[in-house]
Amino acid sequence: MPVQNFEKIFQEKIDNEIKIEPKDWMPDAYRKTNIRQISQHAHSEIVGMLPEGNWISRAPSLKRKAILLAKVQDEAGHGLYLYSACETLGISREETINDLHSGKAKYSSIFNYPTLTWADIGAIGWLVDGAAIMNQVMLTRTSYGPYARAMVRICKEESFHQRQGFESLLVLSKGTKEQREMCQDAINRWWWPALMMFGPKDSESTNSDQGMKWKIKRKSNDELRQNFIDMITEQVKVLGMTLPDDKLKWNEERKHYDFGEINWDEFWNVVKGNGPCNKQRLQARKDAWDKGTWVREAAAAHAEKRKSKSNQQAA
Amino acid sequence: MNAKIDYTLHLADTTLILSQRNSEWCGHGPILEQDIAITNISLDLIGQARNFYQYAAKLIGNTDEDKIAYLRTEREFKNLLLAEQPNGDWGQTILRQYFFSQYQYLLYQQLQNSKDEQLAAIAAKAIKETSYHLRWSGEWVIRLGEGTDESHQRMLNAVNELWGYTGEMFIPATYESPVVKENTGVSVDSLKQPWLEKVKTIFEEATITVPEKVFMHSGGKEGKHTEHLGFILTELQYMQRAYPNSEW
Ligand SMILES: [Fe+2]
Ligand SMILES: [Fe+2]
Ligand SMILES: [Fe+2]
Repeated sequence: MPVQNFEKIFQEKIDNEIKIEPKDWMPDAYRKTNIRQISQHAHSEIVGMLPEGNWISRAPSLKRKAILLAKVQDEAGHGLYLYSACETLGISREETINDLHSGKAKYSSIFNYPTLTWADIGAIGWLVDGAAIMNQVMLTRTSYGPYARAMVRICKEESFHQRQGFESLLVLSKGTKEQREMCQDAINRWWWPALMMFGPKDSESTNSDQGMKWKIKRKSNDELRQNFIDMITEQVKVLGMTLPDDKLKWNEERKHYDFGEINWDEFWNVVKGNGPCNKQRLQARKDAWDKGTWVREAAAAHAEKRKSKSNQQAA
Repeated sequence: MNAKIDYTLHLADTTLILSQRNSEWCGHGPILEQDIAITNISLDLIGQARNFYQYAAKLIGNTDEDKIAYLRTEREFKNLLLAEQPNGDWGQTILRQYFFSQYQYLLYQQLQNSKDEQLAAIAAKAIKETSYHLRWSGEWVIRLGEGTDESHQRMLNAVNELWGYTGEMFIPATYESPVVKENTGVSVDSLKQPWLEKVKTIFEEATITVPEKVFMHSGGKEGKHTEHLGFILTELQYMQRAYPNSEW
């Protein structure tokens, strides 16, 4: 069959909401886009463990420590599912991780911001996991089967994280003066970076059109960002806190909140590596990998020895 | 009564401090699956610690788990010295966990028959987790001992670092004799032989020899610690010290 026919069948499947599976024919660019996006998502889960991990040893109560440990561990699990989804496209976990370490692959820029106080942990759960969910709920319907299925599992846990984050801020918002200040300060620092998580404006975004046609992405950056702003603007009232944007205002005509201009210079700067923690985050991942080399080698050598032993016994 | 409180605090402190140590690996493990595994152990241990602290709080009265964990000082903590030893490399962390889980498994086996219903219930619930920790860490001791020349050498170093902290597990503290007499606590000296037998079996598979005539450190159970504990508590307790009387 000529390639055009394959392409036609492929696009028909997509148009009819039939998932693309690993063994199906797919255009090279579709495979590459999915590898790029899924691996970037996997790396984000893993790098995302670092800013929150920063507070595990200092969590203010035993209960909060257990919740935080479980949350960060969930993120590791998400990374694991996503690396596996990536492998179904023909790229090994090791290769994928090498691309992160070499700087070829990206991860979500939000994790290049520091967690300065305990309130940042609540703010991350509420705003960062919250923003991630908007994107991920959409991705449960993405056209590549293994990615969509991974997202279904992940989304359940992410919405739990968001609720826990909000609840932890709610406690601060009802606490002492210092706690309320800590809470407001964290919201002030995480709000704009969280909005940047949805990526550039639609008018500036390069990957969107093809991604929409292939139903990898099903909503535009601006749509998702607007949904997020509408949701959070309501929730922040419950906390009795404010969002750091004086242009934030309900627009009766649009039935959405209007908001101020995002600092795109900052966004691109962080993407390019100049965020407050880019170097430390990548270095922490590389160190973990390098210090683990002897462990992985030993595990492989031991598995090999066991295999040859059982072969001998079988012979 | 005081002996039972101290004994319960000793059980709580050891699991908390080891949990705190293991949690340092979270996000930094050598293999993603193992990062998850060590974090899981850390979570199980903090769960056990909370059960013991909550019970201690009830016995003491007018306090809670966080006050006990966050507002006592170095000299009041009763954890085993083994638990506070630094993580070192992955081999050292594995070996520390194995030594401890092997001991804790034997301990809980008996503690689940304690005349104190609460202690018995905590042990009966926790022993399921402990048997998993024991299997996991024992398998890793073998894997690393037998793996490559480098991993074998690293395990020998780990034994060198940690063996001297294993003796304390089997020396009863002053508060242990009364609880043993009332059949609420476990006589730890009786665990020494079975522990050694099990360790010998695992070490044999791992091609590691059991050290002999090593000096054994002690004191942790009575509140005399290594210098590490002060720094662990500094981090652990930072928020409660900086923002006293707050809800979190
Ligand atoms: Fe995520
Ligand atoms: Fe996640
Ligand atoms: Fe999450």
